[in-house]
Amino acid sequence: MSLLQVRDLHVEFHTRDGVAQAVNGVDLGVEAGETLAVLGESGSGKSVTAQAIMGILDMPPGRITGGEIVFQDRDLLTLPRQERRQIRGAKMAMIFQDALSALNPVLTVGYQLAEMFRVHQGASRKEARAKAVELMERVRIPAARQRVGDYPHQFSGGMRQRIMIAMALALEPDLIIADEPTTALDVTVQAQVMDLLADLQREFNMGLILITHDLGVVADVADKIAVMYAGRIVETAPVKELYKAPAHPYTKGLLDSIPRLDQKGGQLNVIRGMPPNLQQTPPGCAYNPRCPMARAVCRKDEPPLYEVSALRASACHFWEEMFDAR
Amino acid sequence: MTGPPAIEGPDETETLAGVESQAERAGGKGPSSPGREPRERARSLWSDAWHDLRRNPVFLIAGLLIAFLVLISVWPGLIASRDPLSCRLGRSLDASSAGHWFGFDTQGCDVYTRVVYGARTSVTVGVCATLGVAVLGSVLGGLAGFFGGVWDAVLSRLTDIFFGIPMILGGLVFLSMTGSRSVWTVVAFIVLLGWPQVARIARGSVITAKQNDYVLAARALGAGNARMMTRHILPNAVAPVIVTATIALGTYISLEATLSFLGVGLQPPTVSWGADISAASQGMQFRNAPHILLYPAAALSLTVLAFIMLGDAVRDALDPKLR
Amino acid sequence: MGRYVVRRLLQMVPVFIGTTFLIFVMVYAVGDPVNAMFGDRAPDPATAAQLRAEFNLDKPLWQQYGLYMGKIFSGDFGNAFNGQPVTELMATAFPLTIRLALVAVVIEIVIGLVLGVLTGLRRGRPIDSGVLMLTLVVISVPTFVTGTVFQYLLGVRWGLIAPAVSPAAPLGQLLLPGLVLALVSLAYVTRLTRTSIAENSRADYVRTAVAKGLPRRRVTVRHLLRNSLIPVVTFLGTDVGTLMAGALVTERIFNIHGVGFQLWQGIVRQNSPTVVGFVTVLVIVFLLANLLVDLLYAVLDPRIRYV
Repeated sequence: MSLLQVRDLHVEFHTRDGVAQAVNGVDLGVEAGETLAVLGESGSGKSVTAQAIMGILDMPPGRITGGEIVFQDRDLLTLPRQERRQIRGAKMAMIFQDALSALNPVLTVGYQLAEMFRVHQGASRKEARAKAVELMERVRIPAARQRVGDYPHQFSGGMRQRIMIAMALALEPDLIIADEPTTALDVTVQAQVMDLLADLQREFNMGLILITHDLGVVADVADKIAVMYAGRIVETAPVKELYKAPAHPYTKGLLDSIPRLDQKGGQLNVIRGMPPNLQQTPPGCAYNPRCPMARAVCRKDEPPLYEVSALRASACHFWEEMFDAR
Repeated sequence: MTGPPAIEGPDETETLAGVESQAERAGGKGPSSPGREPRERARSLWSDAWHDLRRNPVFLIAGLLIAFLVLISVWPGLIASRDPLSCRLGRSLDASSAGHWFGFDTQGCDVYTRVVYGARTSVTVGVCATLGVAVLGSVLGGLAGFFGGVWDAVLSRLTDIFFGIPMILGGLVFLSMTGSRSVWTVVAFIVLLGWPQVARIARGSVITAKQNDYVLAARALGAGNARMMTRHILPNAVAPVIVTATIALGTYISLEATLSFLGVGLQPPTVSWGADISAASQGMQFRNAPHILLYPAAALSLTVLAFIMLGDAVRDALDPKLR
Repeated sequence: MGRYVVRRLLQMVPVFIGTTFLIFVMVYAVGDPVNAMFGDRAPDPATAAQLRAEFNLDKPLWQQYGLYMGKIFSGDFGNAFNGQPVTELMATAFPLTIRLALVAVVIEIVIGLVLGVLTGLRRGRPIDSGVLMLTLVVISVPTFVTGTVFQYLLGVRWGLIAPAVSPAAPLGQLLLPGLVLALVSLAYVTRLTRTSIAENSRADYVRTAVAKGLPRRRVTVRHLLRNSLIPVVTFLGTDVGTLMAGALVTERIFNIHGVGFQLWQGIVRQNSPTVVGFVTVLVIVFLLANLLVDLLYAVLDPRIRYV
């Protein structure tokens, strides 16, 4: 049994200017102890997918129009609100990108950590506070006992993100969704925070969904990758195989645009053009206007997710050519 | 790039768009410079605001009401053929009858006629006081904000002092000391105590405008003080002043009525809704003749409401942050 | 913190002097208290001169002001011209008005916050537009109109309450005057809370609170409301002035012999020491209330630090 299985998820946003198809038939799966990286540009639907799984989508303007999210054998989309709430925080938790704005500025970090135990476990004030200190120690915050009464703005960016992680880990959930957990941090701190997250994941055997646009982060920690473009998954693969041989031109474009230290002076390859407008995705393959391999069929027929191997899939009509070209 | 590899797509285009629009602004033609798309061409704060206002029912209702009020203030004879001051004690407190829809007050005056003529007083006080406050406040506040230094310090302290005295309290003390009071006495008092409110706003927006990049650029290019003021700073400071003044207009009408109610506002023969309500509540005369209270009260409330609604709509339209 | 308070207190001194001097000038320079005492009769010149000397009215204005303030700070607010010490008037008037103001503040905070949260969370829905329009109406109707009309409807027409408050002013009788006094501010509190809630409800930390699996009520009260209170508290500071002005009207309508009533009496009868004395105390109250609000800020928003 899978820990989490998302099937054919559709999410729309209703705005003044029309309806945007933010997520358009996404399938995902995560096992316990496994790390899935969801990769994509902003606007590709990766964060919306995460929010839909977590049940924190702003509705309205967002609306889930189809699909199912099966978590531990229960479809979350059909659960009563109360049961859904009890899963949030306890069974699945989320780490946000910018801890400074994601933590409440007027409450102490101790209070915000303790709140988890008080609400979900009915712990007493004292008990909860002791557990909050324990948590802070676990994410390696120095002088946790003295700092438990401090406010978020009194911590450095890295320490704040650790608190964010501590909060997500508080009730030892089975699934963690981390939405760009290191983007807001200094490069030197990024690695520390990522290591910490990976260590804790192993320790508790949690499933981890890592939402990111950072290929560097992915290579180190992920087991498998799902690449998203315009609200769809365009390629899924185990991480090593994907790096070795991408089966979709978009993935290839991403990999080529990584600047490499061993190729000095060369021109940086970038993907031309802009991500599509989600209110008006082009007919056929959404990537066709930017794709160097695009042909007539790409402008007409939307490619299904072709099975490349037992563990791989690609939504490109010409995935086989991608392999042949190498 | 020394950071970890990252997808650059969207960021790049965003930056590009940013650069483009900056280049546009640097063109110096201000907000009405031609944009990339025809739809964006005429988009300035004012045309945007007007676009919003025309579709706002609150604005339309308020506008119609105010147009009507102004009309009967100028020509009350249009809808009232009698004299508001011709009163006969013999019909004191009589109920409504044909030709006298609102009945008679204690003095035996026709309540309908007095309600109509009261509009002139209220509108005159409101409009004149607002104009005075807006002009005096924006000149003093603007100068303080523009020149800073001693001017600014003095003005700020003055504003603090005036803020400590509520207008009704100041009005009671000040107006009770003056012997005979006309509409102009009340207007003068409101201007005297009201200007710091606008001055504070004008000062703030001038200081903000002064720090804008394009103003600094104009200064670096050698624009003189007068030119800076008229071309660059005033257009930016005007919107907040207009918003404050429009909302204040309604409160000034309410203030005049309140002062008249407290017996320190307008005196006969000037017709004032506030004074009429005061007369009606004297010894609870409205007990048996509620019409002498309710009609002027409704007229006053509706008038203030019209102006406050107008101010609210204008503020919503001119403040892009609220969208 | 201590240094901040001291600095703020020092900054208040010029404002205090300016405000009280302004009122002093209005009362003593624009009007003539001695003439006023005699009403329409012309005063006997000798008596008038004697009175002027007794009340320092023959000295230059700034000196009069200095002498007056000196006395005030030694606890002597002077006598009303009828001989009763002003402090005696204050001792009976202030408790009444404080009680009335407390009723008003409680009403405006409780109802204002509830309405503000309700509408802020349902922005754009019918209940929101309805309450918003209602607040405009409430702001537009002058306090003296609401006061008289309520007095007529509830007190006379339907006989639900006594139209005037008895001298002892029990709490029950202060409910209606308190509501009348609170109404305009109540509308402002509602609008402010609404804007603040609507803005903050999209904040990241609210989303975090939901993601933590907190019950909706807890998200709203502990996380959302707590942050949205900050602008409302600022408003309450400036609102002290509005309440003072409103008390003048409300106390007159409902015949409550509090500060507003005494002040109004003092003004209409041109009892200068009464007027200046009461206004001086009110200015102090106003300034201290604003300092208190600034300090409350630090409690509500730990990011603000006083140096």
